[in-house]
Amino acid sequence: MSDRFKGMVLEGKLDLPFSYSAGRTASRFFIELRDHQRIMGKRCPRCNRVIVPAQLFCKECFTKTDDWVEVGPEGTLITFTVVYRKESHHPKDAPLAYGIIRLDGADTSLVHLLAETDVAQLQPGRRVRAVFSKKRIGHILDINHFEMA
Amino acid sequence: MGRRTAIIGTGQTRHCSKREDVNQMELVYEAATAALKDAEMTVKDIDAVVLANMELFEGRALPDMWCGEGAGAFMKHAFKISTGGTSGTSGAISGYYHVASGLFNTAMVVGFEKHSDGNTSAGMALTDPFWDRHIAAAAIGNFALSVSEYMADRGVTEEQSAKVAVKARRNACNNPHAHLQMPDLTVKEVLESPMLAYPVHRLEMCPQSDGACAIIYAGEELAKKKCSRPAWVRAAVTRHDHIYLGEVKNRLSTIRSLKEAARVAYKMVGIKEPLKEFDVAEIYDPLTYAEIAWYEALGFCKDREGGRLIDDGLTRMDGELPVNPSGGVISTNPVGASGTIRVAEGALQIHGKGGKRQVPDVNLVLVTGYGVYCWSDVMILSGRPD
Repeated sequence: MSDRFKGMVLEGKLDLPFSYSAGRTASRFFIELRDHQRIMGKRCPRCNRVIVPAQLFCKECFTKTDDWVEVGPEGTLITFTVVYRKESHHPKDAPLAYGIIRLDGADTSLVHLLAETDVAQLQPGRRVRAVFSKKRIGHILDINHFEMA
Repeated sequence: MGRRTAIIGTGQTRHCSKREDVNQMELVYEAATAALKDAEMTVKDIDAVVLANMELFEGRALPDMWCGEGAGAFMKHAFKISTGGTSGTSGAISGYYHVASGLFNTAMVVGFEKHSDGNTSAGMALTDPFWDRHIAAAAIGNFALSVSEYMADRGVTEEQSAKVAVKARRNACNNPHAHLQMPDLTVKEVLESPMLAYPVHRLEMCPQSDGACAIIYAGEELAKKKCSRPAWVRAAVTRHDHIYLGEVKNRLSTIRSLKEAARVAYKMVGIKEPLKEFDVAEIYDPLTYAEIAWYEALGFCKDREGGRLIDDGLTRMDGELPVNPSGGVISTNPVGASGTIRVAEGALQIHGKGGKRQVPDVNLVLVTGYGVYCWSDVMILSGRPD
């Protein structure tokens, strides 16, 4: 069978440097996280949704967002998973829990890490609270994780 | 709708976890030559070439440059389509547009993926640098995130999910191209397989395969001349939803891209009772729970009844609407090809070339693609041009 054939296999690894520009809107979102431990969204003037993380434009209305709105730091756990296998790019060792969190005052949700990894404790509807990192650099992981409120 | 257009040939490689006997271009070549043989054509007969692939999953960019010549692109109109998991169906829809537009008389689409050449998780992590890369980049956890939400919302049980896995891997035994063929798989074995990401077990998830699939389109006159029973394209619809999961509400329950694409496609063809009217469906099931969710979204049953459809066996080979006689994506998953395989398997059923997986008297076939976090493609194929 074809898959039994053992051929030459070229093994290798590349460095993949990057320096992505966040743009004005996400830059302010990250600066607010870093300097003030505030989670910011922006409101769409057309559909009135508060979109988090803040975005330049509403993708449903294709309209520029205007008002900045502080949301959270508490919210409601919508759903979650616990990953039991370590992946090289995961921020933490397995088990790794993350969830979809609706922050108070927001109309969209944030996907973020959860400190709790016991499935029995992670019920949808549970209240959670953002825990900020001590050393903040302007990054989504300036929120270190969410803990049970 | 453009000019009447049909699929007149299909070709697939043998799909498995690692094909060391071919490189990426040769894998593409294998599917392309199989389709040309099936259609009784030569590469000279092909006017346009479309490649479908996930690009970075193989740890290399520009698949059209690397692999296009394997699909006969030399000195032809040729390019690639890359829309995540929907790449294979989006490529198929693009091939259809080429011929239906009247600008090309024939088109060949080749979807492919050689997962074993690269690192899929790294490929996923290369998508969004600011938000998901650091938190939810891997495919399994990303899907699993939506499963507990769906189970709670729709009352689907893990036994019902496991039944989908059993159906798929048994159907795959009738498909000589399929990757995971498990004739004796049981619900118990599925649920005892390791939990990858709560609540998803390994045997509820699709594999990663090496494989390619090609389809050939022709305009009406040539299709009738070359093929005794062409598979006519009656509808082709694409819808894209948000790419950030936080903006998508209850993904598996709502899947509004699939619902909307199906609504438009059904209207084009006049489908009112899909479970009764379709003779076979090849739907893109990245994991078992998605197949049940798609039953509901595609209107095979009401919301909350998807689990019962599998309990009652209505989607088995001998049921009212056989779903995935090929074994589906759960059994075979070379991602860039997975959508093209759905289209090819649907066409095969109309061509009457399904072999042991042939459903009797197929006239109307539903095909879907699923990609990124919630993008959808829907195609309807028929033995009749209108």
